[in-house]
Amino acid sequence: MHSERTPWALRLAAYGGLAFLHFPLLVIFAYAFNTEESAFSFPLQGFTLHWFSDAWARPDIFAAIVLSLKVATAATVLALALGTLAAMALSRRPFFGKNAITLLLVLPIALPGIITGISLLTAFKVADINPGLLTIIVGHATFCVVVVYNNVVARLRRMPMSHIEASMDLGADSWQTFRHIVMPGLATSLLAGGMLAFALSFDEIIVTTFTAGAEVTLPIWLLNQLGRPRDVPITNVVAMTVMLITTLPILGAWYLTRDTTDTAGGGK
Amino acid sequence: MPHAVTFDHVSRLFGQMRAVDNVSLTINEGEFFSMLGPSGSGKTTCLRLIAGFELPSSGRILIAGQDASALAPFERDVNTVFQDYALFPTMDVLNNVAYGLMVKGVGKKERLARAEEALSMVALADYGSRKPGELSGGQRQRVALARALVGRPRVLLLDEPLGALDLKLREQMQSELKNLQRKLGITFVFVTHDQSEALSMSDRVAVFAKGRIEQIATPQDLYDKPASRFVADFVGTSNVVDAPLAQSLTGQRRIFAIRPERIQLGCAGIVTAHAVRAKGVVRDIAFLGAVNRIEVELAGKAVLTALTPSFGGALPLIGSEVELAWRIDAMHWITEAA
Repeated sequence: MHSERTPWALRLAAYGGLAFLHFPLLVIFAYAFNTEESAFSFPLQGFTLHWFSDAWARPDIFAAIVLSLKVATAATVLALALGTLAAMALSRRPFFGKNAITLLLVLPIALPGIITGISLLTAFKVADINPGLLTIIVGHATFCVVVVYNNVVARLRRMPMSHIEASMDLGADSWQTFRHIVMPGLATSLLAGGMLAFALSFDEIIVTTFTAGAEVTLPIWLLNQLGRPRDVPITNVVAMTVMLITTLPILGAWYLTRDTTDTAGGGK
Repeated sequence: MPHAVTFDHVSRLFGQMRAVDNVSLTINEGEFFSMLGPSGSGKTTCLRLIAGFELPSSGRILIAGQDASALAPFERDVNTVFQDYALFPTMDVLNNVAYGLMVKGVGKKERLARAEEALSMVALADYGSRKPGELSGGQRQRVALARALVGRPRVLLLDEPLGALDLKLREQMQSELKNLQRKLGITFVFVTHDQSEALSMSDRVAVFAKGRIEQIATPQDLYDKPASRFVADFVGTSNVVDAPLAQSLTGQRRIFAIRPERIQLGCAGIVTAHAVRAKGVVRDIAFLGAVNRIEVELAGKAVLTALTPSFGGALPLIGSEVELAWRIDAMHWITEAA
């Protein structure tokens, strides 16, 4: 006999999987409010907000957050400009080498971060560029561009060529057509792509390790904390903050493109 | 006055394919000119060449006497009504219509007033604040028309604009388009694959086949004097009689065309000396309302179609032998290109 209801075993497995994925996050959330100082002891000792004020008072945390925000913003802006241009160039007429260029463009998202990181570092050394803010931004832009590109190219494919022709036909030059017809059509896909790019950049660690030099972004700061067990509660507070900052834009991107089917490039 | 549009030995190649093959034509100022042909015949490519979406591979295109071969679409005093209407989904109807004026720098107040006026011209005065997605197919068609006409272009291009409409609406739009064109005096270039549409609306029609022009003529001449077997077949229905049969019927070994409504059953009221007569067997009879369509098989398997008025007169039986007759001056001799 067929039933509309999902078999209980399947439901159990599904919810079990979700719990398995998210339980560690909950642990971090919970222990950010725990009164005890050192380890993850159970049960929780009591509720406190004082780790938040501690974290807020630490200049190294503040500096790391500011640096990460700077990097993410710059990489996103760079990715929006380059990704859109690349999508416009590659979405219409075929030309010699088009597939090769598309592949090269999308490659950074498939390539292990450690390869991207090492090759960028080598390239920077060869070019005699000192690692710092600029190199982190460039490193992040390599994969942020892909996210924007994927979103924009999907939208362009669904935008009828006749709209652009109609605009030109009515007397608009290329720039006016881009501004009045193409941009409004791309707006939500740019927003979605930009938010994903921002979130990706904000918690990126592997490429950053190679390109940061002496700079400490938030994820690197967190990694360094592993060696300092006395700081665990503060680390928990910061980890929670990172999660919130990166989750909100991704939720936003999902919300803005939920009635389209092309929020591409979530996979890094 | 210079011609509105001139094609001077224009070809357009897509790879090896000659979409437009050495076409020369002139379209007069204020004319309703149709480009008629089956799909893939090059008519739409010709339209896109005038609009500037395609550039000629060879030859020249003149608009109002000026060489426009290399001009961008926005540099040409020509507007297009697209097959899919191509209304901008992010703008309301009024701003869609005002778009062409906006990008040309016409002030907001004036351009909205002129857009309102254009909308009332197509009987959509109260629809300015709607989004294109909220309109029916016929209404979108009118908005596209208003948008293309609001800037008073020298030439209006229409790319099968009635194709997506149902029959009733299509007939209504046909006469509205014709009236609009007469009122505004703007040159209309109308692309269609529907021969009755081309015949009923146009001052002149160019018939396209395989990238070439088969004939340019008034609708009447196109119908009465088709220049080729293709035109005779494509424009209306026609009986095209091959040379051997023509010789046995008329004594002349030449292809000719005869329209079905010019063939009568029996030879009453026809002066024998000025008529051609043929005997055959009735194969099929269909009642079409105003007329009956009768298919008659002559000797040698050739089938002629005759249309006879459906009122009065008894119909022959299927399988019976009948005599057909038509006046010699109703026939049109076709000179076939080698």
